Amino acid sequence: MNIGLYFKVPNISFRALRVWQRNKDVFMKNVKLNFLPPFIEPMLYLFAMGFGLGMFIEDIDGVSYARFIAPALIAVSVMYASFFECSYGSYVRMHYQKTFESIIATPLTIEDVITGELLWGATRSMINATIMLPVIALFGLIDFPHSLLIIPFAFLAGLVFAALGLCVASVTPNIMSINYPILLFIMPMFLFSGTFFPLHVLPLPIQYFALAALPLTHVVIVIRSLTFGILDVSLLFNLAWMVAVCLILSVLAVNMMKKKLIV
Amino acid sequence: MAEDLQKCFGEFVAVNGVSFTIEDGEMFGFLGPNGAGKTTTLRMVQCTSPKTSGMLEVFGMDASTHQREIKTKMGVVPQENNLDPDFTVYENLLVFSRYFDIPEADARERVDELLDFVQLTEKKDTMTDTLSGGMKRRLILARALINRPRLLMLDEPTVGLDPQARHLMWDKLKGLKKEGVTIVLTTHYLEEAAQLCDRLVVMDHGRILVEGSPDQIIREYIGTDIVETKSDPKTIVCLDRQQARYEIIGDTVQIYTNEPQHITDHLLTECDLTTITARAVTLEDVFLNLTGRKLRE
Ligand SMILES: Nc1ncnc2c1ncn2[C@@H]1O[C@H](COP(=O)(O)OP(=O)(O)O)[C@@H](O)[C@H]1O
Ligand SMILES: [Mg+2]
Repeated sequence: MNIGLYFKVPNISFRALRVWQRNKDVFMKNVKLNFLPPFIEPMLYLFAMGFGLGMFIEDIDGVSYARFIAPALIAVSVMYASFFECSYGSYVRMHYQKTFESIIATPLTIEDVITGELLWGATRSMINATIMLPVIALFGLIDFPHSLLIIPFAFLAGLVFAALGLCVASVTPNIMSINYPILLFIMPMFLFSGTFFPLHVLPLPIQYFALAALPLTHVVIVIRSLTFGILDVSLLFNLAWMVAVCLILSVLAVNMMKKKLIV
Repeated sequence: MAEDLQKCFGEFVAVNGVSFTIEDGEMFGFLGPNGAGKTTTLRMVQCTSPKTSGMLEVFGMDASTHQREIKTKMGVVPQENNLDPDFTVYENLLVFSRYFDIPEADARERVDELLDFVQLTEKKDTMTDTLSGGMKRRLILARALINRPRLLMLDEPTVGLDPQARHLMWDKLKGLKKEGVTIVLTTHYLEEAAQLCDRLVVMDHGRILVEGSPDQIIREYIGTDIVETKSDPKTIVCLDRQQARYEIIGDTVQIYTNEPQHITDHLLTECDLTTITARAVTLEDVFLNLTGRKLRE
């Protein structure tokens, strides 16, 4: 096996945006339905965990439990939006609808198609974050204007999880098997990335592992910092980690898909 | 256009050194049983599947380095329908026009024109999964024409269609040919190939067996006529004595000839035959003769 094949610079053009546009048009057909989850979910979580469970929890690191988990809710939604869009969603478009196959008969390359999918996945993350911000702000749990930076950041974070989703879609033998990476990677990440309890209560090796290998850890750190109204230099480290991983995973996703579909 | 083109899937050789040239403005057919390598050949020309070896030029450009330029001027009707189920008939065409960077105003005009051409104007707001087989095929044809292609590639355009829908498709293709579009198609319907194609090739096991115009192929490989009669040992002996070209199929014998009258008279007088029918040779006879009668998967 030739590793270099997986990290080849992809042949991408502006036409990738046409694929983004196609997915956006489908999304807009059911726009009300699509806007509902990011609107309702944070309220449910905040009532149940923030204010319900939170009654029994003392302040964490000096903030109320609701204020502690509010940014995590955004981070998790950012992760789920693009990961599901680019795992289940892309798999359905690729395998059942043969959408990719029909598009590569036009001047677009498979690299354009996958890039369009990545950009769209990231856009969904950004949309979710954008809808959640005012809802959570209603509860007075986040600081402005810093929190507005979450919107562009959600796009970058969304790209990472979109690329992850596409890598999964490219290797999964069937749609049911997408459950395995969710169970083994996404779920643990959901729970152990400093989302619902601070990272520092975990054993040190696990803390290091979370920082080294779990993208959500970095997303939570950055978003939490922003909702607290803090802009620290240390965030640059998280940002750099995200950018690097995003680049690697995106190139990997494009090449894995190309290898699968162009035979 | 193609020379010694080859395609392997792992160890398996799907297309084994084919060479062909397609002229501007002609209708060119690929015939062959299932698994012959027709789709694989077409997909290489469409730049959606890279060749393993050989030379392949489309519009004078190398297919492995100029795929965007080639695909811009080409229309594709794939073997399996792949309409976008998330969109209506109209939207399917409009969304497709964007992949070719056709300005929206032009595209809308073109879409209306094409819907009219394939007689789907009434269905323009229908979702595609509720269309009949013939309608889907026509919509795919319209989609392949959105960029006014110079070359139209159709992989079994009429498969699964009823005779009405099939004839409609043929009419459309003839019309396009008159407008100067070069058309390449694969088909199982030999009558279709004989009627439509200026030239065709018969493929099997990844190789081209014959190439030429339908008439030419028929004359070269069998003769103009077939005389059929019941098969029994006496007849066979008699035929062998006459050194006739024949084939035994089940309980009938087919005799290939260019002079049916002569042969029939001969058989009646010399071989004591009673039931004899003579008919013109069709492409189907050539096809079966060349590729054998064994069932393919
Ligand atoms: N992606 C593929 N992987 C492996 N084998 C394939 C693939 N596509 C086609 N084949 C094989 O190549 C041969 C030719 O197929 P195809 O070109 O589809 O034939 P046709 O269109 O003439 O029916 C068949 O034996 C088929 O099983
Ligand atoms: Mg085929």
